[in-house]
Amino acid sequence: MTHPTQFRYTKEHEWVDLEGNHAKVGITEHAQGELGDIVFVELPTVGTDVKKGENLATVESIKAVGDVYAPMSGTVVEVNTQLESSPETINQDPHGAGWLVILEVSDPSEADSFLDAPSYEQYLSEG
Amino acid sequence: MRYIANTGADRRAMLAAIGLSSLEELFHDIPQEVKDRFQPLELTVRSEMEVAQVLKELVTLNSCQQSSISFLGGGVYDHYIPSVVSHITSRSEFYTAYTPYQPELSQGTLTTMFEFQTLVCELTGMEVANASIYDGASALAEGVLMAKRIVGNGRVAAAQSLFPHYRRVLDTYCWAAGIKVIEIPYTNAGTCDLTALPQDLSSLVIQTPNAFGVIEELKGVKERLKDALLIVVTNPISLGILAPPGQFRADIVIGEGQPLGIPASFGGPFLGLFATRERYLRQMPGRLTAQTVDAEGKIGYTMAIQTREQHIRRERATSNICTNSQLCALAATVYLASLGADGLHELATLNLEKAHYLAQRITALPGYRLAFEAPFFNEFAVRVPTDPQAIRARLKEERILLDDPRFLSALGAPNTLRFAVTEKRTKDELDRLVELLEAM
Amino acid sequence: MNTIFDHKLAKGVGGLLPALDVPEQGIEKLIPSSLRRTHAPRIPNLSEPELVRHYTHLSKVNYGIDDGFYPLGSCTMKYNPKINEDLARLPGFANAHPLADEDLVQGSLKLLYEASRYLCRIAGLVEVTLQPAAGAHGELCGMFLVKRYFEKRGEEKRKRILLPDSAHGTNPSSATIAGFSVTEIPSGKDGMINLATLEEALDDTVAAIMLTVPNTLGIFEERILEVTNMVHAAGSLCYFDGANLNAFLGRARPGDMGADIFHFNLHKTLSAPHGGGGPGSGPIAVAQSLVDFLPVPRIVKDENRYRFDWNSPHSIGCIHSFYGNFGVILKAYAYLLLLGDTGLREVSENAVLNANYLQESLKQTYPLPYERLCKHEFVLSGKGLGEGISALDIAKRLIDYGFHPPTIYFPLIVPEALMIEPTECEGKETLDRFIEAMERIAAEAKENPRLLHEAPQYTPVRRLDQTRAARQPILTYPFDER
Repeated sequence: MTHPTQFRYTKEHEWVDLEGNHAKVGITEHAQGELGDIVFVELPTVGTDVKKGENLATVESIKAVGDVYAPMSGTVVEVNTQLESSPETINQDPHGAGWLVILEVSDPSEADSFLDAPSYEQYLSEG
Repeated sequence: MRYIANTGADRRAMLAAIGLSSLEELFHDIPQEVKDRFQPLELTVRSEMEVAQVLKELVTLNSCQQSSISFLGGGVYDHYIPSVVSHITSRSEFYTAYTPYQPELSQGTLTTMFEFQTLVCELTGMEVANASIYDGASALAEGVLMAKRIVGNGRVAAAQSLFPHYRRVLDTYCWAAGIKVIEIPYTNAGTCDLTALPQDLSSLVIQTPNAFGVIEELKGVKERLKDALLIVVTNPISLGILAPPGQFRADIVIGEGQPLGIPASFGGPFLGLFATRERYLRQMPGRLTAQTVDAEGKIGYTMAIQTREQHIRRERATSNICTNSQLCALAATVYLASLGADGLHELATLNLEKAHYLAQRITALPGYRLAFEAPFFNEFAVRVPTDPQAIRARLKEERILLDDPRFLSALGAPNTLRFAVTEKRTKDELDRLVELLEAM
Repeated sequence: MNTIFDHKLAKGVGGLLPALDVPEQGIEKLIPSSLRRTHAPRIPNLSEPELVRHYTHLSKVNYGIDDGFYPLGSCTMKYNPKINEDLARLPGFANAHPLADEDLVQGSLKLLYEASRYLCRIAGLVEVTLQPAAGAHGELCGMFLVKRYFEKRGEEKRKRILLPDSAHGTNPSSATIAGFSVTEIPSGKDGMINLATLEEALDDTVAAIMLTVPNTLGIFEERILEVTNMVHAAGSLCYFDGANLNAFLGRARPGDMGADIFHFNLHKTLSAPHGGGGPGSGPIAVAQSLVDFLPVPRIVKDENRYRFDWNSPHSIGCIHSFYGNFGVILKAYAYLLLLGDTGLREVSENAVLNANYLQESLKQTYPLPYERLCKHEFVLSGKGLGEGISALDIAKRLIDYGFHPPTIYFPLIVPEALMIEPTECEGKETLDRFIEAMERIAAEAKENPRLLHEAPQYTPVRRLDQTRAARQPILTYPFDER
């Protein structure tokens, strides 16, 4: 299984690692593969309030622009600034060093509707 | 028809292959009602020789150029164009190519784009330049939209001393984008008056040399702007001797590239120059070419950061621009390369010296004085003692052409004539002009 | 590839400009030091032979329509008659200053006036502005007109533009820059607009629909009259993107299909060259209801005199420094005179015949997702041709066969799209060679896919590292590393 079991997943191909009210967000192995070589990442500024479904970040490859939507509502408390100089980290380690943003979420129960790893992989295989 | 290769036999064979019996059937999907309403142009076919004749007769109605001496300016200047420019731009490998989407077949276009970007940066003192916008005025409008995207404020301050055609285009774009344009007056010296600069701006637009020919003092302007971007409109030839706007921390530099080896052509096609800071790269409009390497490690060029552009980002693109002014950018590139740095300096100096010679001779005449005392480059405004239209009409009889003084009176400078002097004006022509003024 | 900057920065060679013939005063005296340049721009000083060889070499590593077949879909890469280039260079046209008095430029004014009359008639609409400098600029101007139209009617709530999912990228972008929001409407299974979907999308917040006719799949909207009637009945306007006018030139008019605004691409349909990316010209024609809002100045004719008319209180203003790309408009004008009505009909006839012949021949080998009579272009899919074979691979392999590739990855609704537009200029012989190359590539994709992945092999550069160009973009010459 390429998708870590401790994460939750959205149908928009994002993963969420929820600890208390802190949610680490990234894009999945599948999403990075679809985009191809990632060349640029646009991250929000720390302190930004976002609502679930709003645009959180943008991930660009040469020929496509991928929007990352806020999987949950909350405030941006940390961004992965390393990606600004090394966007390829997302390709190399999407579920680890390629994380995008940490949110302080207002309602952790928003994650209840997310997929677990087997369901996400099931979702992918139904493609 | 001359431009079609198929013969009647070809067409019959192709129709048979498709399984149709007539050419008309190719259009059966167009509603009959639409086809019935069709009306032709009522134009007969003409031979190439006849068409050439029609156009050659038409051009005789343009009496402007025959033996006339032009002091027309206002952003479009009568510079000498070295022969080499049109010889290169006439190479059909360049002019019959499309946008270089296939870099392996387009290294010629791409390399010259890269050269052009570099030249624009060298001239303006900026870090990145795109491969061109339609013209100076639309480049300015794009710059103001970009500043709004970056700063997020819907107000722009624009110097009153902008060329009117820049201002008109800016007003149209700003109306549509919901940006308020605030006009900044000029001082008695003809320079932008920044004493009462409004707050909460996304950008300030200053032109130098401005519509009166006056060179603006850019030092310290950016420091007064807080978050707003400084947008400078300039004449590329003047940058042969004037300090580049980049030196004064300009955020965006705009220019009309026509003086760089492009004919006046009744106002187009022209060449919008657009340069900015590297930190604004992702917000920039227009195409960019980057240097890279191929699969074998060889240096080559390719379009880059296309994710900003309309064909990828669609409704969220930085601009809707697609077609630009590539062939004019090639002309400007070859023009600058044919001059070299030394030639550009020599050219700018010729313009400067001749303009000042004429200005000094005119202002030695009784009643004539410079409308503004600030330094100028190759264009200057003169307050005249009598009706400027009458002076202009008299000169026109002698086939000496000046800009309509209404342009300047609309900017608040009445009884003023503007003279643009390029390297093409000879001492004899300048003296002749002065003699005629003296005789009035 | 060498650039001019790889040449020496030697002392100037001079010889272009005359000596100063007025008494020299010196820059130091005329310009205060604070305004003067302290460092010369780094522009090399080359001898003329070096310069000419540099650019001649660069021209030889470029491919234009004069080099061969250029079936770039949606771009109408037709031959550019040589006479037009000569005529645009006539000194009386080339040197006419845009601010010269009207009486001195009657020839230029007459040309613009007559060109606008012809374009009106081709569009089947009542008035034209020649100001837009490109197709996308025409779209933007058209969106400005739509905005002004509803502003004057007090219907500012109409803020949405409907766009079929096959629209050119410029359409959504133009609409957004003009302050509208975009609603995409999916195409039906037949590649055309689904009337029920359209009905659902139309309400009193819709300002206009932007249609490309025929659409980017090369399919003529057979229900075009129903579509435009529905849009008009909802109080909205119909904008037609004219990029594909070559498909029905000389036999149908957008005005008769219900267009309120129609843009031309003179550099596509009317033979002006593309110049490696521009300049173009994108005049727009409009229906009576929009005439008052057109840009100023308009060119009018009094008796036998032509002049500018600035008096148009409801106009959107100006969108170009002057009157549009005169030099490009001139070429289109000359082309219309060369062709006449019969020539225009032959254009669409041969363009559509060529496209259908190619479609029919290639659909045996390549999937054709929308199978029906096409107009001037059609879209194949490169999907499923072979393991790991992409549209890009096919395109690059075509280069090895001496052809410019078609447009790829557009429209977005076809996977691995190959969008092919042969234009009227190509003869059957060329088309047959192209078909043969495409068939061989399809075979290679199965037998020897390496040939595709590694293509092109014979070009001055091989496939370029786009990722590197995007991650650390080098956008100006790296002088410091020399």
